[in-house]
Amino acid sequence: MFGCLLYFPPMILLQSMENPASQQAEKINRLFNFFNIAALGMLLLVSFLVVFVCIRFKEKKEDAREPKQITGNKKVEALMIGVPALLLIWFFYQEVTTMNAVAAPLHPTGVPDVIITGHQWWWEVEYPKENVVTANEVHLPVDRPLLMELRSADVIHDWWVPELGNKMDLVPKINNYLRLDINKPGKYIGACSEFCGAQHAWMRINVIAENEKDFQNWLTANAKTAVVPTDSLAIKGAEIFQTETCANCHRIQGTASTSNVGPDLTHIASRDELLTGLMKNSEANLYEWISHPQQIKPAAHMPDFIFGKDTVEAIVHYLAQLK
Amino acid sequence: MSETIYIPEPATSFPGVGVSTDQGLLQWISSVDHKMIGIMYLLLALLFFLIGGVEALLMRIQLAEPVNHFLTPEAYDQIFTMHGTTMIFLVAMPAVFGFAVYFTPLMIGANEMAFPRMNSFSLWITFFGGLLLYFSFVAGGGPDAGWFNYAPLNEKNYSSSNGIDYYAMGLLLSGIGSVTTSINLIVTILHYRVKGMKLNKLPLFVWMILVNSFLLIAAFPSLNAALAMLLLDRQFQAHFFNTTNGGSALLWQHLFWIFGHPEVYIVILPPFGILSEVFPVFSRKPIFGYAFVAASSVAIALLAFGVWAHHMFAVGMGNTVDAFFSASSMLIGIPTGVKIFNWIATMYGGRIRFTVSMMFAIAFLIEFTIGGLSGIAFSIVPIDWQLTDTYYVVAHLHYVFIGGTIFGLLAGLFYWFPKMTGKMLEEKLGRWFFWLFVIGFNATFLVQHLLGILGMPRRVFTYPDLPWYGVLNFISTIGAFIMGASVLLLLYMVYKSIKGGKKAGKDPWDGFTLEWLTTSPPQLKNFDNVPVVHGRRPLWDWKHPDNPDQ
Repeated sequence: MFGCLLYFPPMILLQSMENPASQQAEKINRLFNFFNIAALGMLLLVSFLVVFVCIRFKEKKEDAREPKQITGNKKVEALMIGVPALLLIWFFYQEVTTMNAVAAPLHPTGVPDVIITGHQWWWEVEYPKENVVTANEVHLPVDRPLLMELRSADVIHDWWVPELGNKMDLVPKINNYLRLDINKPGKYIGACSEFCGAQHAWMRINVIAENEKDFQNWLTANAKTAVVPTDSLAIKGAEIFQTETCANCHRIQGTASTSNVGPDLTHIASRDELLTGLMKNSEANLYEWISHPQQIKPAAHMPDFIFGKDTVEAIVHYLAQLK
Repeated sequence: MSETIYIPEPATSFPGVGVSTDQGLLQWISSVDHKMIGIMYLLLALLFFLIGGVEALLMRIQLAEPVNHFLTPEAYDQIFTMHGTTMIFLVAMPAVFGFAVYFTPLMIGANEMAFPRMNSFSLWITFFGGLLLYFSFVAGGGPDAGWFNYAPLNEKNYSSSNGIDYYAMGLLLSGIGSVTTSINLIVTILHYRVKGMKLNKLPLFVWMILVNSFLLIAAFPSLNAALAMLLLDRQFQAHFFNTTNGGSALLWQHLFWIFGHPEVYIVILPPFGILSEVFPVFSRKPIFGYAFVAASSVAIALLAFGVWAHHMFAVGMGNTVDAFFSASSMLIGIPTGVKIFNWIATMYGGRIRFTVSMMFAIAFLIEFTIGGLSGIAFSIVPIDWQLTDTYYVVAHLHYVFIGGTIFGLLAGLFYWFPKMTGKMLEEKLGRWFFWLFVIGFNATFLVQHLLGILGMPRRVFTYPDLPWYGVLNFISTIGAFIMGASVLLLLYMVYKSIKGGKKAGKDPWDGFTLEWLTTSPPQLKNFDNVPVVHGRRPLWDWKHPDNPDQ
């Protein structure tokens, strides 16, 4: 019944595990399609038997005799157990093959290409080889094997981008790893998939997979320290950022602020979205957010400040320059 | 056997429907009669089912459209946590116990449970556990970390209200009630069977209750330990699960699921038992493969303790551990799933009467197959890596808990209602209820498989306006309201049938087991005397002396 809906043609075009964009996702999707065929077959068999038996053996008013009392049949029972058991053995074999092809080793050697750290409710993204740190918008290169390390700064989170394959929990005090071979450039969206508190819903994932050249350009741009403000309003904004509370939690590289309690803002103006998918990145939205964070994303760890209008304007003007 | 049983006061007839008594409510509250306690268990389950159902509808309103602001995230988190906790611990389990304590003595020819006072204690401690859990809303906020309450989100530094303390204490209390009921049922079944009813002649419902009770006694200590450790963490700054102080987040998951997966079988085995009574009676045949159905429940109970980590394939345990738990989960799928064929084979060659009870049993075959198959999807590790913690899981677990447990319990309700009240449930309204419920249920949950495949995680208070998300969620919400309406119809039907329903008589279905031997509702002392039992279907044997079972 639900199996045929799975192949609803328009669905295939959407962000979904049915539209794989990495070697890992392709292998899992192949297994899932096998499963769907077997499951659909099993469901149709059961449905057919139920309907057939119900029609064939419906009580007939004219015939009040008790039916023949059968208590079992060893051959039928052996068949009932044997067929599902054989099917499952086949799936177990396929499964182990797929797992070995997909999963990263428990304790891989070598430096990971990217380290993702989950925070309530944002993603810290680090490229240790290039010494680049950013947040929320994850740029990855296509057509080369990647090792991704996953950590948590507070509670358990979960990394899941359906088109890129398997999900993996981010567990405090434990480093987990994913292997990833993306084979199509594009924008892939996902979401934190382990309940992590009030704003779990707005812990979306935004992956931008690009070819090696674009990726290297992006890395070079993001390895630079932040733009130094020149106009007076931006200088005022930068000053407020350092002297008021902002710098206690947010890092802007090239300035005195180095904390990672909140997202890195060194190149915030170059990102597409704010607040892990909650809103588009624009000066108007940034203004709304800084004016009353607890209304925009209740329970987020950024408190409501008592900033005047011109203070917020100065901060927004400064941040909007951090390309 | 009956001479060894202590018959509690008052010594007059059962104060059921249509029989007047002087003592009213006090008689119910002070009762140690297994039938009254059984009915009170069912009413307790009904009360919390209505509360949990309202919580479900609130969630579905919030999710009806993208970026909705009907509920705040904090309120949504408390509501989904309480919905799950309520439905598992205060609806499914009490409903199962209700049928178990009502019908176990009747089906084995006994006049009471082994420990009538403990029976009453179990009921009330479960009830007070539930009240304590709900008191959290008055005391500053309900628990808000999900029904499986993962660490370290369940710690004081991430959940500062007292909700989770009430969760731990409420579940500890109601857990005491569950364990004492199980002990009571085991002793009753092992010690108070009528002469001639050997263990291999037990009605399958009773057999399932027996296995289930052992399963429950073995599973609960793990939960109780985890809850006690959590309370120590939260109240006395211990560090079992507090990762900032060296505790382990995964320890909670192991302890919880060592209980939690057997728990799933605890609420599905008794409905299996109900179906194994309903299918034979309404097909006019004995169960197909009694030995397999009985033995497989033992296999399930044993295997249930070796599958817990299939809830944890995404925590990074490594391929070896994952593969082990995958194999054990597939293995347990066999005895669970093959029963579907036993029941179909029971109907095959029979003379099927489509009563509402039988309709729910037949619908169960399809709905539970869907839930079972999506369960197999989760036993295949790579598929689990994609779909765990998404709406596919939400769909799966509701096909198991509603399509399995609730459909089974409703089959039981329509089957045994005449025995419990002496009145028939109105079949015509029953059919309306059946179709509304089936349509509402499938509309709510079938589409959620797709939402999971399309990437929607579970437990989100809202979602962005992505293609298909809005329309699929809206269908789901409409389905939920159809289900809600059908439950109102059920309440009306029960009320109407009790008030003015047709009298049932002793044996309205031409049944096979001993409960149909006594009056409807049964008198306080169930049986004046029970003849010696020879076969698995004593009433069939007496009605068909020319063609007995053995």
